[in-house]
Amino acid sequence: MNPTRRGPADAALLLLVSAVVALFALPLVGLALRAPWGELAARLQSETVREALWLSAWCATAATACSLVLGLPVAVWLAAGAGPVRSAVRVLVTLPMVLPPVVGGIALLVAFGRNGIVGAWLLQWFGIALPFTSAGVVLAATWVAMPFFVLTAEAGLRSFDRRFADAASTLGAGRWRTFRTVTLPLVLPSLRAGLVVAWARALGEFGATITFAGNLAGHTRTMPLAVYVALESEPEAAIVLSLLLVALSAALLFALRDRWWPAR
Amino acid sequence: MVVFAASSLTAAFEALATGFEQRHPGVDVELHFAGTPQLVLQLREGAPADVFAAADTVHMQKVVAAGRTAAAPATFARNGLAIVVAAGNPKGVASLADLARGDLRVALCGPEVPAGRYARQALAQAGVTVRSLSDEPNVKALLGKVRLGELDAGIVYRTDTRDPGVTGIDLAAAHDVVAEYPIAALTNGPAADLAGAFVGYVCSADGARVLAGFGFRGP
Amino acid sequence: MTLNAKLVLRRGALDLDVEFEVGAGETLALVGPNGAGKSTCLHAIAGLVPLSAGQVRLAGDVFDEPSRGVRVPAEARGAGVVFQEHRLFPHLTALDNTAYGLRCRGAARSAARASARAWLERFGLGAVAEALPRALSGGQAQRVALARALAAGPRLLLLDEPLAAVDATARLELRRELRAHMASFAGPRILVAHDALDAFAFADRIAVLEHGRIVQSGTVAEICSRPRSRYVADLVGTNLLRGVVEGGVLRLPGGGALVVAGSASGDVVATVHPRAIALFRQRPDGSPRNVWSAPITFVEAAGDRMRVQLGGAVPLVAEVTPAAVAELGLARGGDVWVAIKATEIALDPI
Repeated sequence: MNPTRRGPADAALLLLVSAVVALFALPLVGLALRAPWGELAARLQSETVREALWLSAWCATAATACSLVLGLPVAVWLAAGAGPVRSAVRVLVTLPMVLPPVVGGIALLVAFGRNGIVGAWLLQWFGIALPFTSAGVVLAATWVAMPFFVLTAEAGLRSFDRRFADAASTLGAGRWRTFRTVTLPLVLPSLRAGLVVAWARALGEFGATITFAGNLAGHTRTMPLAVYVALESEPEAAIVLSLLLVALSAALLFALRDRWWPAR
Repeated sequence: MVVFAASSLTAAFEALATGFEQRHPGVDVELHFAGTPQLVLQLREGAPADVFAAADTVHMQKVVAAGRTAAAPATFARNGLAIVVAAGNPKGVASLADLARGDLRVALCGPEVPAGRYARQALAQAGVTVRSLSDEPNVKALLGKVRLGELDAGIVYRTDTRDPGVTGIDLAAAHDVVAEYPIAALTNGPAADLAGAFVGYVCSADGARVLAGFGFRGP
Repeated sequence: MTLNAKLVLRRGALDLDVEFEVGAGETLALVGPNGAGKSTCLHAIAGLVPLSAGQVRLAGDVFDEPSRGVRVPAEARGAGVVFQEHRLFPHLTALDNTAYGLRCRGAARSAARASARAWLERFGLGAVAEALPRALSGGQAQRVALARALAAGPRLLLLDEPLAAVDATARLELRRELRAHMASFAGPRILVAHDALDAFAFADRIAVLEHGRIVQSGTVAEICSRPRSRYVADLVGTNLLRGVVEGGVLRLPGGGALVVAGSASGDVVATVHPRAIALFRQRPDGSPRNVWSAPITFVEAAGDRMRVQLGGAVPLVAEVTPAAVAELGLARGGDVWVAIKATEIALDPI
């Protein structure tokens, strides 16, 4: 068979890919066409946009950090074996991926709200109330984003070749040292990919945030909330904010595509 | 036929649709509820609908300006405002002035939402300054947080306080803001011939009775 | 410092129950068919696989004794392991791989690296010290793996088919090098070999494993002369002699000498096929360069052939037809004339 010849199957595949590309590209094109380019600069410099952008960036980053710190031990434990307990925990941790985020927001309120199971206790003993605070935004974003990290990290850890860990132990490395110097570096691509997905998910988080943390400019109004609010008052502003969010995410994913995203 | 209605009209319009279907056998009324601004956005983008019932005249004017209305809008109901608190009013809220108290956690709907705009008008008329913890996206979200005890008080429509999980305190007449609900038949809907009949029914004495059953006042 | 191992465990289809002992400076080769449990023995001694019964003891230290609940973790045993597929850490350079064990033992980074560099240079790997394992050839990688194991300062050395993953051309040289480096290691050494040549090249003693049991063990000569199972017979179906070639003459440790062809010199394993050995009642005339008289120590049937074991300075096994045995009157205790052509002796430098 001549490898340079294109069969009808190739053409069909190309057509399908083009259709899918159009599906993803057209909404962006639509945004770009409707954008009020003339007033773009002025709108981007507005207090509202700067506040929302800054809040979104640091909350998404904090949520990603929480996902790493809390999610990695869970992923390690999940990857270390099988059984009904692990399966149950995996389902529990994965649930936020499939639940509507608004449901998550209500669930968080019931758990961590002022009258929540844990929230009432937190308020009584420590005077901490999470709803309507930036910490609440981080909690909501962590709740929806961490599953993405845990699952990706677990898959990476599961595909890790135990034989390298064995080799390390014969050289005198204990469990922690082996994990730190062999396992972790070898699963790093998976962890990075997991962090990128988690960050992207946290950045786009809307439902759980507005339900649990509310919508207050400068404190809990992240970019997606700002887009929503703007949509109700001035749709042009919503388009500008959406474009900004798209550009920001695309630029980041593109810049990190080689180092953080396993391209090959 | 398709009817777009503000979410504060949910229960009332479900009853109205049933009444209309009984009078017009074979007609199926499809109701679509959302925040008024969202409905306006969808209508301006060409969503197929026969009737639009809004929570304020400002948003209705946007639809008129977009050329979607088939006839001039008519006001079919009015609503007043109320302070909503947890069932039984444990914090002893009596008036708008109480909302400025430091021990109360208060939130309003966002200023882009009719309910939020009305609430701010009422507060301005009463000369009360309130620190809103959150600009809630709609009345239902605000009600939910009061019911869960996350908020001590908020300002909503009088009709919303019929919810058994909360207690409503009607605003003093001097500070109350009257919300007008306009309705209009639209062009480009799937059943444009029925649109006028539906608007007529809502504005009729029968329609007014149904609306009154849900706490709305006549126009 | 002697290693005593009694290994009892079950793992999948394998039911392992073996016992052996390896002295300081001694090399034991474990040979046997695939799945016999050779690698599992190494892993059990290294602490990578738990025993269900038995004991592993190095000098006075008990590594493993399930009946007393003793189990020293792998990292505390000091067993240097060279795995079949080198298992170099892919994210570390050859140098950092080699320094890994030293770092684990608490050496400072610079000291560990200096020592590792010295090890790599000793193995002729100075030029690839900064290379990642994927840039190394199979032979280089296996050398680094041995350097890494030795640099950690192990108390015993375990090699699992170290030549298996190396291509044939590199194998010759690597075998020679491994032998030299193993010889310089003073502790007990165990080598898993798939190839008889490797086993005979490296080992002082051989243990043959089949289905998780040792079916035969002994010195190279003992195994060769009396194969006790079909596998061993096939394995040693040919005569293997270790010796030194000098000026076209192979000198054997027992004092014997054979004239050989070719240009090889130095340490070799010589291979002589049993059917290439001709036996005569009287001294033969003609071309064979190697002719001598040898005592017959044993005669046995092997399928449709007879194996005749010859004693003396050149221990060999010849294979002849039953008819020839009768015709020549071969019997244990008698003498026979032996002739081998120089070209029938294959030489593998080691």
